[in-house]
Amino acid sequence: MAATTTPFVEFDRFTKSFDTGGSVVTAVNEMSFQLERGEFLAIVGPSGCGKSTLLMALAGLTQPTSGQVRVDGTPILAPYTDAGIVFQNAELLPWRTALQNVLLQAEVRKAPKAESEARARELLASVGLKGFEGRYPDELSGGMQQRVSLCRALLHDPDILVMDEPFGALDALTRDQIQIDLQRLWMERRKTVVFVTHSIDEAVFLADRVLVFSPRPARIAAEFRVPLARPRHLSARAGREFGDLVGEIRGVFETLGVLSEGER
Amino acid sequence: MSTVQQETVQQEKAATGAAHAAPARRRRRFLETRWADWLLPLALVVVIVAVWQAVCVWGGLEEYVLPKPWDVVHKMFADLDTYADQSVPTIVAIFAGFALAIVVALPIAVAMVYSEVVRRAVYPLLIIAQVVPKVAIAPLFIIWFGFGQLPKVLMVALICFFPVVIDSLVGFKAARPESLMLVRSMGANRWQAFWKVRWPWALPSIFAGIKVGITLAVVGAVVAEFVGADKGLGVLLITARGDMDSLTVFASIGWLTVIGFVLFLLVEVLERVLVPGRRSGRSFEASGSL
Repeated sequence: MAATTTPFVEFDRFTKSFDTGGSVVTAVNEMSFQLERGEFLAIVGPSGCGKSTLLMALAGLTQPTSGQVRVDGTPILAPYTDAGIVFQNAELLPWRTALQNVLLQAEVRKAPKAESEARARELLASVGLKGFEGRYPDELSGGMQQRVSLCRALLHDPDILVMDEPFGALDALTRDQIQIDLQRLWMERRKTVVFVTHSIDEAVFLADRVLVFSPRPARIAAEFRVPLARPRHLSARAGREFGDLVGEIRGVFETLGVLSEGER
Repeated sequence: MSTVQQETVQQEKAATGAAHAAPARRRRRFLETRWADWLLPLALVVVIVAVWQAVCVWGGLEEYVLPKPWDVVHKMFADLDTYADQSVPTIVAIFAGFALAIVVALPIAVAMVYSEVVRRAVYPLLIIAQVVPKVAIAPLFIIWFGFGQLPKVLMVALICFFPVVIDSLVGFKAARPESLMLVRSMGANRWQAFWKVRWPWALPSIFAGIKVGITLAVVGAVVAEFVGADKGLGVLLITARGDMDSLTVFASIGWLTVIGFVLFLLVEVLERVLVPGRRSGRSFEASGSL
């Protein structure tokens, strides 16, 4: 992929502070980074370091205290509707079936019904949920719920996929499978993805590039390119390249004092 | 896909992994049938009525103290025309007052959810309105609005307003912020966010308030009729009490109970129809931790 001259997504001296009853807490301070179109960026960092704030600002659901978020050169000042969001919890509406939950995206946008439904069914089938379209969320496992949520985020064919610790609540095996599914969907569609996670393994496995955040106020402590070829297989995790990279990132957290093996 | 199937199989195992002991299983099987819902309370009613009858027969109580259950039932149907005639204004007052309460309560609850100013201004007044004894206000209503239907309607509305408004408020606040963010990111305006997310999320809670309200509505109508009205089951009851006619008092209470019960059932049926996702009695409040 050739480096383009203008970045697709641009965080420009992004600052966000919260007024917590008198004292002002700065979650993110003067942070700048860019994404190319079609890039898969993972952000790893300790809890409460403002990663979610960045994602919500990219989706236009919160505004920076100062600085800007730009997509294709345009500042994001209102909800950015060309994004698909996946939260840590699937956030499915319990009174809607899997299919109806995916179609919420089309209903709100007033997209043509028949077309949307065909697309929704296709998406659900592509993540292994054929035959589960009529099930309600409480009849689906956590992994299946999150797949439905992923389909909902993709239904309108968004430019950007915003994922806030999407697999954090899943068990290890389900998580492995859904990571493989996500990689496949991404390779087919090449969306620009911003993926926040606590898991170094997950970040390295999925992303083209990994940003390591420091504790609050968040700054970029390190940046790594992931040179592993795609499609990546689960076996890649046992490889030296993978292990070295994970080790390096862990090293950054040790330097930051987020991880420590000694007595505390 | 095999992983997906595995996940459901695990779920099903968890669901069917029931008791081991045979008697416990048999008891469970009975409790799971639809008969249990009818037979258990019916058995209890039979016991209570039997005790009542026994007290009357062997306790040597006069009829004006405690009439026999069978006599009461007989009276309820023997004078059916009278009771039917007197029920009409009571039932009309209940429906009108209850509808009034809902029509006022829902918009107020919505306004309280969307506006902090409204919430902080209205909330203390709601509490004050609730702690004022409604029965004490009833005579005022008679003075202002006479002996017709209007004071009854207002009393019913006043008495069932509070549970409806409070539970609706809870319901409208129940929507998960993430769900609201999600629809905003889809470009939803406030109207869409309300109807697609807030309203369906609030419905179970609204119905909880409505169920409490409908039972109170009967109380409101009777109280208003006690204080002063020209017609109604409450009027019949208070007149009969003056004549020491306990049989009529009991028969009136019987019909009021039937009315209250039927109204409650009507609300339940309405809930089944209107609340989405409430399939076969399943409540999605229980699955709210998605």
